[in-house]
Amino acid sequence: MKRTMQLLLGVALVVGWFAAAGLFPAQAQVRQIQYRAVDALSDFPDDIHLGEAAGVARNSDGDIFVYTRTGNPTISLGTSRYVSHGGARLFQFDSDGEFEREIGQNTYGTLYAQQVRIDPDDNIWTVDQMSGQVIKFDPDGNIVMVMSRKPETMRLPQRPPPETPTSGEGREGESFQGPTDVAWDSQGNFYVADGIRNARIAKYEPSGRWTMNWGMRGTGPGEFDIIQGIAIDANDNIYVADYANERIQVFDTRGNFRREMRGFGAPMAICITPGPNQVMYVSNSNPPDNLDVGGEIYEVELDGTIIGRFGTAGKMIGQFGTVNAIDCREENDLLVGELGNWRVQRVTLRPM
Amino acid sequence: MRQHSSRYCAAIAAALTLAWAGQLEAAQALAQNVPEIPMEAVEGFIKLPEGLYLGEGIGVATNSRGHVFVYTRSQDTRLFEFDEDGDYVREIGAGLYGFEFAHKVRVDKDDNIWAVDEGSNQVIKFNPEGRVTMVLGYRPPAVAGAVAFGPSAFWGQSGGPGPDERYLFARPTDVTWDTEGNIFVSDGYFNHRVVKYTPDGRYVGQVGTGQRGSGVDEFSTPHTIASDNQGNIYVGDRGNRRVKVYNSDLVLQTMYEDVGAPWEICISDGPHQYLFVSNSNSDSNPAASWDISGEVYKMELDGTIIGRFGEAGKAPGQFQTIHGMACRNPNELIVAEISAWRVQKIRLASEPVF
Repeated sequence: MKRTMQLLLGVALVVGWFAAAGLFPAQAQVRQIQYRAVDALSDFPDDIHLGEAAGVARNSDGDIFVYTRTGNPTISLGTSRYVSHGGARLFQFDSDGEFEREIGQNTYGTLYAQQVRIDPDDNIWTVDQMSGQVIKFDPDGNIVMVMSRKPETMRLPQRPPPETPTSGEGREGESFQGPTDVAWDSQGNFYVADGIRNARIAKYEPSGRWTMNWGMRGTGPGEFDIIQGIAIDANDNIYVADYANERIQVFDTRGNFRREMRGFGAPMAICITPGPNQVMYVSNSNPPDNLDVGGEIYEVELDGTIIGRFGTAGKMIGQFGTVNAIDCREENDLLVGELGNWRVQRVTLRPM
Repeated sequence: MRQHSSRYCAAIAAALTLAWAGQLEAAQALAQNVPEIPMEAVEGFIKLPEGLYLGEGIGVATNSRGHVFVYTRSQDTRLFEFDEDGDYVREIGAGLYGFEFAHKVRVDKDDNIWAVDEGSNQVIKFNPEGRVTMVLGYRPPAVAGAVAFGPSAFWGQSGGPGPDERYLFARPTDVTWDTEGNIFVSDGYFNHRVVKYTPDGRYVGQVGTGQRGSGVDEFSTPHTIASDNQGNIYVGDRGNRRVKVYNSDLVLQTMYEDVGAPWEICISDGPHQYLFVSNSNSDSNPAASWDISGEVYKMELDGTIIGRFGEAGKAPGQFQTIHGMACRNPNELIVAEISAWRVQKIRLASEPVF
């Protein structure tokens, strides 16, 4: 029994966002924002389907990129060790949502999609939870930087995590353990949320050279319990979605804790608009095993003041099924990627 | 690399171990002296393009135009569409995230195509164009390893999502709908329950204790379900060798216990509906099974047996473990067989011969 409990505790850390998810009552008296929603993507080739829409982002032309969990993540037998293959794909659509192309077909690090983000130069960055890799593609779709390394071998089933969870501080350098997101400051330095089996933010120079880590597992300032997202505002404040602690922590570019913000449940997907009057969107996503709690998205001032909320958990258009990504490059015209409903919705706030 | 891969092999091995532990031994139906309905198999009905093969015939369904949908365990689990003449039309859901290990395909009254996958533990709704419009259940994260069945890193010793889960399945088997479009999922090998959802996928309620059992509201592998024009839900309670009839509020109405182990049931269209029940011979072909099982019963909805047809065997016109039946037209059935890797069209005489 004790061993079972330890195993379960460990499992809660491995897939913590799933296991820890439960009832996260968010602020009750919040203004409802009027919105309209449509299926954002169309014109798929017959043999291409979205799976879980883990990541969605737009570039400066409005092209839409979706990093999705689809196909079958596979472990092959007949070798001396288990080798993993496939399971995630990156698609590009035009600004109207019509399918354009696939990027990174059959590359080594596409196992279990976690996020996609576009940097100010329209480079495409994918974050893969299972390969533990962050991959930078240039706008033409060529791979120009690889961060961290996919484990050479996988377990079947994956070995339970250590019975005593690690501190989550991670290594100096790369070696991500369940990374979830990436963001850039005004100098082009980038920050990786290494947040599921680690609990740290790792900072790199634009060249990819490691600069520093901060954070460890815990509940205090500068400590994290499953980091689901990261976003940076125009003044280089860094917002970290500290999921199971039900808060967003704010840091400067040296990792100094500034403040925390609460009141919007357990933040999963976060996004900050380009401005000039920047606002943030935060999803209190429902867990994938429950349609009857959460699911709403909050619009928040950068000081933490909640402007309003919209949406609820569900399967129909206009409802949300475990939101994992929000693109907010266009204010009031959001793209929302869902794990539960295998789709991306285009959400227009305050329609005329 | 696919041919060298084995996903969830441990899970499948565990499932087979359980399957062979007893409940699948051949079941002789209690009904005796049942008249034979003359039947013939249409030769070469399904026509495959060169280079394409069916694997295990797991699910088969037809839409309102007579198109045939076949859900098969091939090297990968795949869903194919054929026209009313059996000519190949297309593949649906190629490479889909939810296609792992086929269990059933059904088509609703609006020609939406529903696939039930016991590998990914999901029920997937496609519109008639073949695009996904709804997903029930959730595929466990790959990062947790193989978790579909049995103790695992993800589910611990509990072995899978339990019967208290409202939105997760553990090897679901089938889907049907009542007249209001409410969705009923038989969940299946592990939780021994039937779960009801609103048309937009919200949990309503369920029947079954969650444990394998033979009591009034218990099931032992509810393996197949179907519904009639009144919204009654028929559950093939395979391990208990009975068909249970519930109303759409999941209140038990009656049971039919004389037609063997219902591997597959279906109900025909039209004002006078018939219930077909397959007492399939076991998929492992134990020696005695061919003599005592393998036939299909045609029944009135009230349980009156009209007749029986078919027998276990490998030749065309015989049945090798029927796992799917489409019977919109009660005189023309399409059947899918596990052990023969084929789909046959069967023509029945409308009257039995005594």
